[in-house]
Amino acid sequence: MSVPFVESVLLGAILSGMPVLYAALGEVIVERAGVVNLGLEGVMLMGAVTSFASTVRTGSAALGVLAGATAGGLFNLILALLVVTRQANQLASGLALMFFGAGVSALLGAPYIGSRIAGLNPLQIPGLAHLPYLGPLFRSDILAYLAIPAAALVWWGLFRTRWGLSLRAVGENPAAAYAAGYSPPAIQYQALFLAGLFGGIAGADLSIGIVKTWAEWMTAGRGFIAVALVIFSRWHPLRIVWGAVLFGGAVALQLQFQARGAPVSPFLLDTLPYLLSLGVLLVWAGGRRHAAPASLGRVFEGTK
Amino acid sequence: MASAHARIPRHSSARAMLRATGLFGLAFVIFAAVLLAAGKDPIRAYRDILSSTLVDRYGFSEVLVKMIPLMLTALAVAIPSRIWLINIGGEGQLYMGALFATWAATYFAALPAWELLPLVAALGFLGGGLWAAISGVMRAYGWVSETISTLLLNYVAILIVSFFVFGPWKDPESANYPQTAEFVAAARLPTFFGTRVHLGLLIALVAFIVYHVVLTRTRWGLEIRAMGGNMEAARRSGIAIGRYVLVLMFIGGGLAGLAGVGEVSAIQGRLRPSLSPGYGYTGFLISWIAGGNPYGIVASALLMAVITAGGDVLQMAHRLPGSVVNILMALMLFVVLARRRVP
Repeated sequence: MSVPFVESVLLGAILSGMPVLYAALGEVIVERAGVVNLGLEGVMLMGAVTSFASTVRTGSAALGVLAGATAGGLFNLILALLVVTRQANQLASGLALMFFGAGVSALLGAPYIGSRIAGLNPLQIPGLAHLPYLGPLFRSDILAYLAIPAAALVWWGLFRTRWGLSLRAVGENPAAAYAAGYSPPAIQYQALFLAGLFGGIAGADLSIGIVKTWAEWMTAGRGFIAVALVIFSRWHPLRIVWGAVLFGGAVALQLQFQARGAPVSPFLLDTLPYLLSLGVLLVWAGGRRHAAPASLGRVFEGTK
Repeated sequence: MASAHARIPRHSSARAMLRATGLFGLAFVIFAAVLLAAGKDPIRAYRDILSSTLVDRYGFSEVLVKMIPLMLTALAVAIPSRIWLINIGGEGQLYMGALFATWAATYFAALPAWELLPLVAALGFLGGGLWAAISGVMRAYGWVSETISTLLLNYVAILIVSFFVFGPWKDPESANYPQTAEFVAAARLPTFFGTRVHLGLLIALVAFIVYHVVLTRTRWGLEIRAMGGNMEAARRSGIAIGRYVLVLMFIGGGLAGLAGVGEVSAIQGRLRPSLSPGYGYTGFLISWIAGGNPYGIVASALLMAVITAGGDVLQMAHRLPGSVVNILMALMLFVVLARRRVP
């Protein structure tokens, strides 16, 4: 394989894998706390539009990322209000949140359609940026460099801290967590806010990092892909990285195949992440311990 | 996973209607505030939506056109939900139905309409049904939750349709547009009164009647209600639960497939990759709002269809992005979701 081919696949994989990676890292936090957020698509859209508008207004991409993350976190609190405080159905609430995010972002973003920004600049790492094959890895923007550390951070937070233990306890058995002195609603609020920050960053990465424009529905299903990646990873943050690489690689390969007129259908390649997720679940179905948090999707009604 | 209808309020339908009206009124007020904040006149916007959808003859016909897929995809969710199955796969089942229907319309194009049309519809039903049955099998054996598998298979279905439309089935005449060749006249569902309202409306209404009758008047309905009431008791009394899981998923998926048939055979006249603006997901929300109640589904589908059609009005007459109506739709769902439960 030629150097430019490998480099462009690698670059494409990074570009298309990053936003779903960030979104999925957020989703794994909430799902470990027992909440499914099908509205991730809407959270990402809010992050994308807020960060883009802030970048246009202030000229600072860093402020843009910050604004996008904050918007995502706050937006997810709507879901917290519905599913934690009001104990509403999680799937319906999530889908409603998706439609809400689509509408609000379209309204907020309308004045910014066609605006141009410099966006996040690529940071070249001296000495490594021009390596053959691996060069593109060291010519990315700051969010790409931080992605794997972020995955490690989420893993550490979930599996190596007392807070993570209590969060996972809420996802497995909220009544037991309550009996142990934790407040399941408070923990789920925290998880949703954190996940919203990640979803907002995912959207910011898309609008000011990769595409550098704003368009309605620009996430184009990436929020759902992130939910699928969480399932694929069997609710583990480090395995999400592999899922994102796989997904990004499939997209990047397909772009290259298309450019070269290879006889592989891009659409059939695109089905791989979904079919692999399903396959992983099927293979693990026979196992004794299912990896999904036991109380995922259930309503904790308190101890009456 | 929580059931789609775990918390159906149990009170009289008259009071439920009154309550729903109040809740939706609240949503309309909040959306009016949003419009005001966007510098638009909310009263004029509402008047325009109303006068161009419910009052205007053509406008109302377009509302009915949008109601057809919404009712069918909502039924696709409501039927499996009777035994606590959560089908979020209406979108994918709709696409698979459209794919199978297109195959039938192309392959048997030489048949006369009275043979071809039933064949197209039956294959559409089969396509959606089999797609949902994949999830049904995986659930019946306890391998993968149908919530997850139906969600994942949505994307696969849409991509498979894209594969055919961009690849082997692409109409060579349409140089740049990814679409199949137009259906022969015999494969087009009849439309009424010079509008786009098509036979799918009758099919959807018949499906509602059958759903209601089967559920309340037959042995199957009794067993389904038994399973819905207490799964463990039903299992011990010898009801073959796995078979019901499979059959109800198949029927639900089949109805979503029929929604796809209507879109390709009556509305578009050919298969295109952008077949549905998320009818499957809206159908899920409609069924959820209605708690699976047939009358509630028809009423909610009407409401959602008016809102969807209203989006075009806001876009053209008020220069707002068309997807702004998603805010109104979401607000309605929020108020219903956040409502105080009636004991």
